[in-house]
Amino acid sequence: MELFIQQLLNGLTVGSVYSLVALGLTLVYGILHIPNFAHGALYMMGGYVTLTAMTKAGLPYGLAVVVSMAAVGMLGVLMERLVFYPLRDAPPLHDKIAAIGILLFLEAFAQFVWGADYQTMPTPYGDVVSIFGLTLTIQRILIIASAVIIMILLYLFLKKTFIGASIIAMAQNREGANLVGINTNKVAMMTFLLSGSLAALAASLASPINLVFPGMGHLVILKAFVIIILGGMGSIPGAIVGGYILGFSESLGATYVSNDYKDIIAFAILVIILTVKPNGLFAKEGH
Amino acid sequence: MAVFANRRLWIAVLAALALAFPLLVTNSYYLHIMTISFIWMIAVYGLNLFAGYTGYLSLAHAGFFAMGAYALGILTVKVGVPFWLAFVLACLFTTLLGAVIGLVALRTKEHFFAIYTLCVGYIIYLVIDKWDSLTGGVRGFIGIPAPADIGPLSFQTPVAQYYLVLFFLFAVIFVMYRLVYSLTGRTYIAIRNSEELALTLGISTMKNKLASFVLSVFFTSLAGALYASFIRFLGPDIAYISVMFDFLTYLLVGGIGTLAGPVVGTLLVTFLSQQLQFLQDYRMLIFGPILTLLIIFYPHGIAGGFIRYQAKRKEARRLEPEANRAAAELAVSSQGRGERHAEEG
Repeated sequence: MELFIQQLLNGLTVGSVYSLVALGLTLVYGILHIPNFAHGALYMMGGYVTLTAMTKAGLPYGLAVVVSMAAVGMLGVLMERLVFYPLRDAPPLHDKIAAIGILLFLEAFAQFVWGADYQTMPTPYGDVVSIFGLTLTIQRILIIASAVIIMILLYLFLKKTFIGASIIAMAQNREGANLVGINTNKVAMMTFLLSGSLAALAASLASPINLVFPGMGHLVILKAFVIIILGGMGSIPGAIVGGYILGFSESLGATYVSNDYKDIIAFAILVIILTVKPNGLFAKEGH
Repeated sequence: MAVFANRRLWIAVLAALALAFPLLVTNSYYLHIMTISFIWMIAVYGLNLFAGYTGYLSLAHAGFFAMGAYALGILTVKVGVPFWLAFVLACLFTTLLGAVIGLVALRTKEHFFAIYTLCVGYIIYLVIDKWDSLTGGVRGFIGIPAPADIGPLSFQTPVAQYYLVLFFLFAVIFVMYRLVYSLTGRTYIAIRNSEELALTLGISTMKNKLASFVLSVFFTSLAGALYASFIRFLGPDIAYISVMFDFLTYLLVGGIGTLAGPVVGTLLVTFLSQQLQFLQDYRMLIFGPILTLLIIFYPHGIAGGFIRYQAKRKEARRLEPEANRAAAELAVSSQGRGERHAEEG
């Protein structure tokens, strides 16, 4: 039983990270209708920028995370301006290929600048605490707590502020949003900024537990795709719920099925979903 | 008609060059590079058939390539099947699996299809990577035999292997050529241009997409099997997304949805890669942006751009006589007016 609850907690941690990544991905999909394959590279860049800010510039962990969110957010905006904006009228095939180009470029870039080695990120929150007989590090609590706070903030931002409402309006209908005077360019840039910061935050939170390396984004991005298909492409609550579902099934699967193949669980879920419902769960009809 | 004859001439010259290559260039390194790029070309033709002519981006093709390669390796080394039987079985096995995957995957469209196949490709990669006892995992798979003799033909020397691969490449190009200019090929293009319209015209899109997908997987697995027998060492890397990216680069540089594209693109990019070899792991620093810029500014590739240029010139030539006539009439009439003026004056 104790093992079970411990695994649930692990699932909660992993699920928080997945949800943050999937949120960024689903926001971009909602606005531009492109599956941003380069999102995993943003995640990876987030990990590296935080690490560099901590080790090279000597910033404390919290500040380094903020710097990294800003930097990767800007990188997202650049991506939108330089690549996805010029491709807005191109066939959908082109966006995807361009995204893969960016992904591989950023990966090679990280390898060029920081090397291919696996690096550990120090954290001031490495202490172990035990609550009700369960042991977990403070870092894990931090992940769960900050993910929940960010999700609430994001929700308030989207529902209560004008910019948030314009993002939702554009996701619902791009031309309609344009007609009522929303600057769709600005909103698209804003969305990429948010999406990049969320990826950087997720990476900075997860890195002390995992490691920082050029390929760290691969599995995460693939799983984020699984999540947004699970939760409905472009749906924000769907991304959160999907993230936690995947986190739980992975940590339980790793314990009770096989640790080696735990990464396949996500893809197995995806294959099953798309086999039964080719347009994803909760697909809007006549999209 | 002249253009057609011209194209035939081009094809004949290129084929002759390919055939004479080992005689002209005795450097065994270049021969190796040529052979390997022919293998890539076969795989890229597979991708081109489905992405270029049918309009679906499959990101699982590196997986199918690796599967063909590993199937050949496992069948010859672990099971002990004679080479050519294993060769046929490897392709058949991969194609069959591709058919099953296609049956399910093709129910999805556009983004979902790309994501689905991306995941399928990754599953193939993970299975190869993790299933140590069968595939050798990260240590790789060694000891794959070279192609066995067929009667008096022996494939032990690099030159012989070059011709073997070239033979398969010619076969694939021939099939592609016949296919693209057939009604079936037109059907695929119709699906690419508008699936709904194709459906309205009474085309069974599912059946056609599946056929195109299966054939495309077959080409790719054929390339994989050739790769295994030529390189004779396999690592899980060949199933990885970066191989997929290489295929896409070859295809896009050459021209997606053109017959010459895979040959032009693969040759050019392979040649460039050889020049940039000092970059090694960092070559993506250059190729990543190249691909992205290409897709933004020149999405038709070299062959596609050439075809467009030719079409434009042909159009201009078609309009030329009319324009000349109009100009002549104008000249005559103004001359007439001039003469009248002269008479009056």
